[in-house]
Amino acid sequence: MSATAPAGPAQGFLRRRIAGAQGPLVGLIVLCVAFSLASPVFLSLRNALNVIDQITVLGILAIGMTGVIVIGGIDLSVGAILALATMTMGWMSRDFALPFPLCIALALLAGAAAGLVNGLLVTRARLPAFIATLTMMSVARGLANLTTDGEQVVGFPDWFTRLSTVRHFGVLSITVTLFIALALAATVFLNFRAGGRSLYAIGGSAEVARLAGIAVRRLTLLVYVMSGLLAAVAGIALAARLDSAQPSDGLGYELDTIAAVVIGGASLAGGVGGIGGTVVGVLIIGVLHNGLNLVGVSPFVQQVVIGLVIAAAVTADTLRRQEG
Amino acid sequence: MTLARENLRDATPVAADRAARFAAEGLGKAFSGVPVLADVSFTLRAGEVLALLGENGAGKSTLSALIAGLLRPDGGTMRWEGRPYAPASPGEAMAAGIGLIHQEMRLLPDLSIAENVFAGRLPMRGGRVDRALMNQRARAQLQRLGLDVAPTQLVRRLRVAAQQQVEIAKALTQNARLLILDEPTAALGGAESERLFAQIEQLRGEGVSFLYISHRLEEIARIADRVIVLRDGALVARHDTARVPVSTLLRDMVGRSIERIFPPLAPPAAREVLRVEALCAARGAFRDIGFAVHAGEVLGIAGIVGAGRSELVRAIYGADRIASGRLLLEGKPQHIAGPRDAIRAGIVLVPEDRKGQGVLLDQSLARNLTLGNLDRLAPDGWLRPARLRRFAAALIARLGVKGRPEQAARALSGGNQQKMVIARWLARAPKLFILDEPTRGIDVGARAAIYHLIADLAGAGMAVIIVSSELEEVLGLSHRILVLSRGRQMGILDRAEADSVAVMRLATG
Repeated sequence: MSATAPAGPAQGFLRRRIAGAQGPLVGLIVLCVAFSLASPVFLSLRNALNVIDQITVLGILAIGMTGVIVIGGIDLSVGAILALATMTMGWMSRDFALPFPLCIALALLAGAAAGLVNGLLVTRARLPAFIATLTMMSVARGLANLTTDGEQVVGFPDWFTRLSTVRHFGVLSITVTLFIALALAATVFLNFRAGGRSLYAIGGSAEVARLAGIAVRRLTLLVYVMSGLLAAVAGIALAARLDSAQPSDGLGYELDTIAAVVIGGASLAGGVGGIGGTVVGVLIIGVLHNGLNLVGVSPFVQQVVIGLVIAAAVTADTLRRQEG
Repeated sequence: MTLARENLRDATPVAADRAARFAAEGLGKAFSGVPVLADVSFTLRAGEVLALLGENGAGKSTLSALIAGLLRPDGGTMRWEGRPYAPASPGEAMAAGIGLIHQEMRLLPDLSIAENVFAGRLPMRGGRVDRALMNQRARAQLQRLGLDVAPTQLVRRLRVAAQQQVEIAKALTQNARLLILDEPTAALGGAESERLFAQIEQLRGEGVSFLYISHRLEEIARIADRVIVLRDGALVARHDTARVPVSTLLRDMVGRSIERIFPPLAPPAAREVLRVEALCAARGAFRDIGFAVHAGEVLGIAGIVGAGRSELVRAIYGADRIASGRLLLEGKPQHIAGPRDAIRAGIVLVPEDRKGQGVLLDQSLARNLTLGNLDRLAPDGWLRPARLRRFAAALIARLGVKGRPEQAARALSGGNQQKMVIARWLARAPKLFILDEPTRGIDVGARAAIYHLIADLAGAGMAVIIVSSELEEVLGLSHRILVLSRGRQMGILDRAEADSVAVMRLATG
């Protein structure tokens, strides 16, 4: 990057975004090169689209999680909220025969409501985010099971499953397009809106931010509501892809999501992170799974590899910061 | 105000005191090159109570930390019971028989009294804690102090005064023969203080020596045998009796030390900016405060640690809650529910703890400077990066902050960080500018720049309130001085009648 000539403001912004994700980006490129050499199938449009299809759910969750981690919080409940949302949708459709768009709206509402409860527990009851969202993780998962007494719901309208299966122009499904649009919107919010910028101040020090007149409570609430809402969106995307909804959907996704955000360069201490880095982090996890599958590495070994990658990414990041 | 610096060290040299149990000779300590204690010598006999006086920051805590093994001296020696004494840790000091009772209690709140008293050396029998023995020995010690509480009670449930007694009991069970009490009565009520004095009397009868650190001068004459006074890290006075007039002690404590130059202040306008009526804190830090500040006026708030100074300005700023009282800004009553409301109304605060409350250390100067101004810089919520950069660069240039907009705030010196926090608010042209400890932790050179900034704020017609632990600073920078003691407003002194002795007399009342 240092060889590039000084750029104007617009280019400068892009350059900084890319530079911010530099470490993880280099890792992603190295992975892609390595898998291209190891497998003849890896470097093809078809496989690339596969990877993107596979990371859409994780990616949508990670957008919400980035906001939470930037303010120095954590959200352990996104996997469970995802399940609550898909089950709400399936249950309303199957048992109450509500029009399907209304079922989707209710699913979104359920996700946002769960996020709101998280936010209120953090800002009003003053629970640590870890505890508040741990509570919600249990409650939302339980509610997801209660809707249909643990049964899965199979069979959605054709137009709904097509959202994720039909690739328009041979490339983008609606769900993937939605993920990209959400990522862009979040990038704009975090970088060009006063509210987004304030999240970094809260993560840097909530007390400094409060004394500087930032509406810390309101923004914290907003961040948790968005995380819940995006978990619901992710749940709907997952249901479209699987053509079913199960109470066990999204089990353990919260940790994959946190891993992706952290691999992308965000700090769990707050104040640092961005959508660019997060998307790279999500891609690293997606490419790793995909590449290791193609090479024929067992899923158990994959888990080990992912764990090592998290350790390596955070270690590299820490070292880089100490030097800088 | 202008008091010549006395140098009593030569007037009464430390005699070779054969009866001394403890002796310090030429103790010195510096932090990152800045001396905080220099060439301090004194002795302490068995069963003696030696009072250690000094203003905030005079070096009292450093001295007690050296004796108790929390810090190691850079120079000088200590002797204890006839032998050289150089503790490497508090544990070593305690083993030798020297205990420090902190201002803030350092007990484990969820353990019992007995467990705290014997923490780290629980009596064991057969590999298990001998609770019966532990409780019995703790009870005996509590009774020695005249305390009627069960040793099995949790420390969390105890009042501050009782917690202090537990600390003392803990030291006594370790056979302490010198107890350092750091502001022991700061958090005690009258009856509790009386009991403490009675205990000190009793224990000194048993041969325990005390180094007694306090701001409360009226206590000194009652319980101390001798008095030493620290100022700017040097021992400036030594009185061989505690029957010293309070005014003498005050002069010893505050005598002008480092020559400082304060900028001249123009007379304030008649227009009233802030009026505070019968303000009471929600948590009892202060009560019944009433005053006014005018345009172009600097009001200083003085008081010793714990008087409620910071709590008062934080309440005006909406950072802490108030129980009752009114705030009027330019004659209009204000309802301020938080800092956000205060800022909108035209009140800004430069907080006491720069690193914890003022600066985002890991973020850029530009982000720090635009913090609190985004509502103006982006009225529609959209940030224009070029505009933010220009804004930050302009403030940096205006205040002469040594740093670049994209640099992390952590890399700046304390003085430049403080300028940055002040600069943040300048662009808003506030009506009332509050600065809490504006020069804390800032070197002498950078202080002058901060003083000029403060004078400029008043010169520009703002009302200014400054809180400082450094009396000289309050005296040199204020038109009037409000003195607090234990949360009560003791009086407001005009610049003409205010000198350090007058202020300290009110502050220690």
